[in-house]
Amino acid sequence: MTEKTLRKGNEALAEGAIRAGARFFAGYPITPQNEVPEYMSAYMADAGGAFVQAESEVAAINMVYGAAATGTRSMTSSSSPGISLKQEGITYLASADLPCLIVNVMRGGPGLGSISGAQGDYFQATRGGGNGDYRVLVLAPNSVEELGNFPKLGFELAEKYRIPCMILADGILGQMMESMSFNFDPVDPNQLGKMQWAVDIEKNGRPKNKVFSYKGDNLIADVVERAKRYGLIEKTEARYEERNTEDCDVLLVAYGLSSRACLEAVNKAQEEGLKVGLFRPITLWPFPSKRLAELAQKTKAILTVEQSLGQLVQDVKLAVNGKTPVYLNAYPAGGQPDGESILTAVRSCLNGGKEGLFDLQAHAADFAYECKRDASLGMQGDCKGGK
Amino acid sequence: MTILAKKPQSLTDIPMHYCPGCGHGIVHRLMAEAFDELKIADRVIGVAPVGCAVFADDYFACDMVQGAHGRGPAIATGIKRSKPQAVVFSYQGDGDLASIGMAEIVHAAVRSENITVIFINNAIYGMTGGQMAPTTLVGQVATTAPKGRDPKLQGWPINMCEMLSQITGAKYLERVAVDTPQHVMAAKKAIKKAFENQVKGVGFSMVEVLSQCPTNWHASVDQALEFVRTQMMPQYPLGVFKNEEAK
Repeated sequence: MTEKTLRKGNEALAEGAIRAGARFFAGYPITPQNEVPEYMSAYMADAGGAFVQAESEVAAINMVYGAAATGTRSMTSSSSPGISLKQEGITYLASADLPCLIVNVMRGGPGLGSISGAQGDYFQATRGGGNGDYRVLVLAPNSVEELGNFPKLGFELAEKYRIPCMILADGILGQMMESMSFNFDPVDPNQLGKMQWAVDIEKNGRPKNKVFSYKGDNLIADVVERAKRYGLIEKTEARYEERNTEDCDVLLVAYGLSSRACLEAVNKAQEEGLKVGLFRPITLWPFPSKRLAELAQKTKAILTVEQSLGQLVQDVKLAVNGKTPVYLNAYPAGGQPDGESILTAVRSCLNGGKEGLFDLQAHAADFAYECKRDASLGMQGDCKGGK
Repeated sequence: MTILAKKPQSLTDIPMHYCPGCGHGIVHRLMAEAFDELKIADRVIGVAPVGCAVFADDYFACDMVQGAHGRGPAIATGIKRSKPQAVVFSYQGDGDLASIGMAEIVHAAVRSENITVIFINNAIYGMTGGQMAPTTLVGQVATTAPKGRDPKLQGWPINMCEMLSQITGAKYLERVAVDTPQHVMAAKKAIKKAFENQVKGVGFSMVEVLSQCPTNWHASVDQALEFVRTQMMPQYPLGVFKNEEAK
């Protein structure tokens, strides 16, 4: 436990990772995560580790693949478009059962998008993101304090289950400054012991180690074995935080920065005499479905608040499984929630209104859709939709 | 009885899957001989590519990592920076190194990563069945160049040693072939030097090996060897393109 200091989110994350024993970092510039590689370039060598500014996101994640194969605590960070580029390496890391840390300081999307904080990469993070059947363990901090302390948790979980771990933050969390402290003593990676499976320089007569998608010659057996590990993770590692959940009429579900705006809404609601609670998933995969399903039975409605267009709400609906109505309050592509706008949606949940609630199919009814090729060419196949 | 030749200890007993006449097996053996002779076998870590050599991790006795297509030099960078005492190699074909992995090989050279790259140039995509490679010769028929490579449509073959020789960080670049016993001996010397360089800390070293692919060239082994000599060598002259010693 250190004294409280004022730190920027990205720098707290970088310092926390070095303290957690990270000794290899490869990255590529992209806003809003640039402070992470900058910090690493200044301090990683002093810690006895290696920093490489890679030629691309693709190269950076593959450098992490190589470093992780040696059993070194290895990591990369990026932001949304860069994380898309890393998916090739992430699926390889998952297939080779390599622990590592991947940080996504999300920005608005899709495509180039904006550099504003966003949560549009929820599906990509929680469904694997690359090709094949795999998952990565996803931690969602909502404060600078958690950004600084999650790297250690991430490495430990990654190594315990031999799975890549992702910290899913966002641009505002990365850029904002808060008072924070590290709740652990610095880790000396030399004291962690060697990984039995790692490629290394002194074999001392042990059989050779291979890092490969295939463990033997039966890929199906490998994938099924891995899925059983995923089952164990889902059973034992779901993490969440609750506020006013025992007696609420509307339960908000939000992670990361959105959950901070939700706390504001919960407090304002109390002043108005509304009973509003908050359920914050800390692990997005595994999603804390079991606890959410219990809470769903005790509340009139659930309102998912997310800075994306109906992504988190799908996991909420799967968990709730029809026990109570689930609504969506969405702020996509860099939009930011605040307590008042969330409360507007809360009131709609209670009084059957529409304001603040996002319903794509309802919106579609008011939406005329027409796409035409150049009419002068007399092309066929024009399409029309909507009203 | 005197033993004149034997299998290098750095190769396993697993039978290789390569086609008859292919050059990969020769190059694997030359590398393994170099590991034995340099007494570095216990600290070699190899990176196997995507392509015909994808199962090279079975054939070398050292620790091996199999990586994504083209990313060998990046993976080797991660290994080497984490384990500086390791002797790290990336083994790559022409599609892997000169097409999809162009950025990775160039920037490994730019950083002068102290790794050894063995580059097999057979002017074709072998594993996927004979598509046009960046190194396919002008006029050479491939499954994606059925009328032969036409520079107007597909450009000209790329000479990697010559290109990388412009990069300050590239310290040793040599092109060799494995079509005759003499060339195999010369290839062995070059491969051994590329690993010796790494032990000495010279920096980025790459040996390009002109290799024959009878299967996808639709040639007999003799015809394939002839193709290396008469068609490939004029485009890809053998020789040393860079040779800087450690300071």
